[in-house]
Amino acid sequence: MSIVQTHNLTKKFGKFTALDQVNLHVDEGEVYGFIGPNGSGKSTMIRLLLGMIKATKGEATIFGMDAWKDAVDIHKRIAYVPGDVNLWPNLTGGEVIDLFMKLRGAGNKNRREEMIEKFKLDPSKKCRNYSKGNRQKVALVAAFASDADLYILDEPTSGLDPLMERVFQECVLDAKKDGKSILLSSHILSEVEKLCDRVGIISEGKMIETGTLSELRHLTRTNLLVETKLKVIGLQELRGISSIKETGQVLSFQVDAEELDMVIKYVSQFGIVRLESAPPTLEDLFISHYEVKPNVKTVI
Amino acid sequence: MLKQSFKQTGILVRFIVRQDRVRIPIWIISLLLITFSTAISFSGLYENQQERQAIAQTMLNPVMTAMVGPSEGLDNYTNGAMLAHQMLLFTAIAVAIMNILLVAKHTRMEEEDGQVELIQAFPVGRLSNLSATVLVVCGTNVLLAFIIGFGLAALRIESLGLEGSLLYGAALGITGIFFVGITAIFAQLSESSRGTIGFSFAVLILAYLIRAIGDIGNETLSWFSPLGIVLSAEVYVYNYWTPILLVGLLALLLLVIAFFLNSIRDLGAGFLSSKPGKIHASLFLQGPISLALRVQRTGLIAWAIGILVLGASYGSVLGDLESFFKDVDMMDALLTQVDGFSLIEQFIPMLMMVLAMFCTVPALLIVFKLKGEEKKGHTESLLTRAVSRTSVMGSYVIISIVTSVVMLLLAVVGLWSASVAVMDEAIPVRTLLEAALVYLPAMWTMIGVAVLLTGFLPQFTGVTWLYYVYSFIVVYLGALLQLPDWMGKLTPFGHIPQLPVEEMDFMTLSVIVIIAITLIILGFVTYNRRDILG
Ligand SMILES: Nc1ncnc2c1ncn2[C@@H]1O[C@H](COP(=O)(O)OP(=O)(O)OP(=O)(O)O)[C@@H](O)[C@H]1O
Ligand SMILES: [Mg+2]
Repeated sequence: MSIVQTHNLTKKFGKFTALDQVNLHVDEGEVYGFIGPNGSGKSTMIRLLLGMIKATKGEATIFGMDAWKDAVDIHKRIAYVPGDVNLWPNLTGGEVIDLFMKLRGAGNKNRREEMIEKFKLDPSKKCRNYSKGNRQKVALVAAFASDADLYILDEPTSGLDPLMERVFQECVLDAKKDGKSILLSSHILSEVEKLCDRVGIISEGKMIETGTLSELRHLTRTNLLVETKLKVIGLQELRGISSIKETGQVLSFQVDAEELDMVIKYVSQFGIVRLESAPPTLEDLFISHYEVKPNVKTVI
Repeated sequence: MLKQSFKQTGILVRFIVRQDRVRIPIWIISLLLITFSTAISFSGLYENQQERQAIAQTMLNPVMTAMVGPSEGLDNYTNGAMLAHQMLLFTAIAVAIMNILLVAKHTRMEEEDGQVELIQAFPVGRLSNLSATVLVVCGTNVLLAFIIGFGLAALRIESLGLEGSLLYGAALGITGIFFVGITAIFAQLSESSRGTIGFSFAVLILAYLIRAIGDIGNETLSWFSPLGIVLSAEVYVYNYWTPILLVGLLALLLLVIAFFLNSIRDLGAGFLSSKPGKIHASLFLQGPISLALRVQRTGLIAWAIGILVLGASYGSVLGDLESFFKDVDMMDALLTQVDGFSLIEQFIPMLMMVLAMFCTVPALLIVFKLKGEEKKGHTESLLTRAVSRTSVMGSYVIISIVTSVVMLLLAVVGLWSASVAVMDEAIPVRTLLEAALVYLPAMWTMIGVAVLLTGFLPQFTGVTWLYYVYSFIVVYLGALLQLPDWMGKLTPFGHIPQLPVEEMDFMTLSVIVIIAITLIILGFVTYNRRDILG
């Protein structure tokens, strides 16, 4: 079942189109990664889903309810953490967490303490004295201490140190284990790679790619490294091969996913001594998508 | 849907009260102190009705009317009439300022900083934050109205009856609630908290000016100003309640509009959207001075216009004053001419003092901007780019001082051009210029205080405003309240020679300038030594 579903969701700010007919769905028990360059529309999407801004066209539903009209009911089952948390300077972190739990209604005292412990937060400090990462932790503690069905996280780890980043990842995986759904927007690709079942890539307001990581990997090239008994000849002539580098008998190159079978067959004629393959990282994927853009533009 | 829009307002109300547990009581206590102490001092000031009546005569002129309001109670100037006449308008303005700041803080400021977004992600109605803010701040006004009302009655001062006292309180409270409405609307219209506060203050100043012009000449005009309507309640004289009701209805209308606007807009958006900024820093925007100037441009232009208008409106009063003195022979006897100075000339020092006080505000705001930028971390990025602290602070101080001069000159230009238009025998521009410029050393001393606090005790820069308000009250109302002399001597404004009536006193002025320079230098020294706030 889809927890989050959007249909041709469009948002314009004046003449500027921040989101252009985006379709997205997050299924129950799934961690969905949302990536894209700065200003591509991730936060806009999340604000639309939270019913804070109104869609120009298209629709967004969460738990089958309309994101704008039924915002109050939807929010009873949602926890949200923004990337830039600003709190009330003259209150303590503990007071803010209590307020958040009270606003959500059902709160669990034990989980609150557990999370504070886990994130190593000092709840007795005034918010004005918290560092950026500590303000972020206040929001994370409140979110994971709640019993939400859907977690919407917009760059939640910006400002966390690597140790806390790991704690965060544990929390996400725990939530997933409990059957919760998570929508995670992030610039930290290794984090997305580790946590997410499916990924959507957005650029200039358009969803350009979406699918599981392995589906997406299919779209790009695999890095191959081969060492052969005989010298490989004629590799350049094959389809779908690029960035060939030769050091003695060792060859490294990239292969399009479709051509992989054919290429391996061809290379094996020369007697393979060693074969290493590395799947493209999300970073390769990301960069291949983003770098194409400006070139296309200059051609047109 | 409508009920949903206000979900959990109650929790937010308690939350706002918790945040403001210090701020609101400080406001209320200050307002109570001012009101009760003036009431008590008035009652001790004049022995009998004759003495009060004599004072009433000196109030019977357009300048006083423009400043404090209409003079219906002057025929029978009881303690109550005197309190309402001299204090109600000023206290109402202070109440309005309190409301503007409180409402702007919990609406647009928190929206800009992102707290509202955090709250809105909970099962909280779209209008809950606004309604919680309105409830708390309106509640503050109601509380204030009752304490002042019953408190004044409890003082048992002759002619301060229960009904009048309650009306006095209600007049203050309703002015406050009206400005809750105004600020709530601008919080929807403007995209920034600076805009919200700026527009709301503009309405307040406009309300004051419209009432001033209306009270002097055209009474219907005063009905276009909430302050004018409130004053027409004639507290302690006739005790009319209808004006209070009327302003209450207007406030309700404003609030309805504000709620409607809030319900149809996106979070973070405003209806008056800001223009997209420039892609490259213009040539002009390359040193710290021009950066500081660019940041404040809009505000400074608004202040310049405001000061010009204020000067002009006082200038136009001078014409009324002239014809007024011609008509009333009696005034001649009362205000005896001092060494051949005309009565008009005797009013000039007071006008200049008020104008100088107003011109000090933008100059102070510039110094405070330095601290504001520092808190947001902007200064940090400047300082890490090989710009010394001295030059960062220096640029703000230079702009502040230039602003003080320019604003004062604008005030004189406004005053002079309007007075030339309305007077038969115009005052020479030189006289006005001299009378105004002597206040510069006092203004610089205020700047010095602000600079010193920014350097030395950045958490307490607000103390400058306390000192400013003290100066204003002591110098402006000191004579009326018959405050002891030494109180006036505690502010630089109290030492300025009252040109053209008094002699020029270069000695005193030089001493004040030296004090100002010392304060500023101390500010620089301490600013260079302390940590930058993050
Ligand atoms: N209220 C608004 N008015 C006008 N333009 C807006 C508004 N909010 C967002 N935008 C524009 O919409 C685009 C998308 O912004 P958004 O904040 O969604 O980007 P993002 O993908 O979250 O970027 P980042 O990775 O930097 O967080 C940006 O170009 C931004 O300037
Ligand atoms: Mg974003």
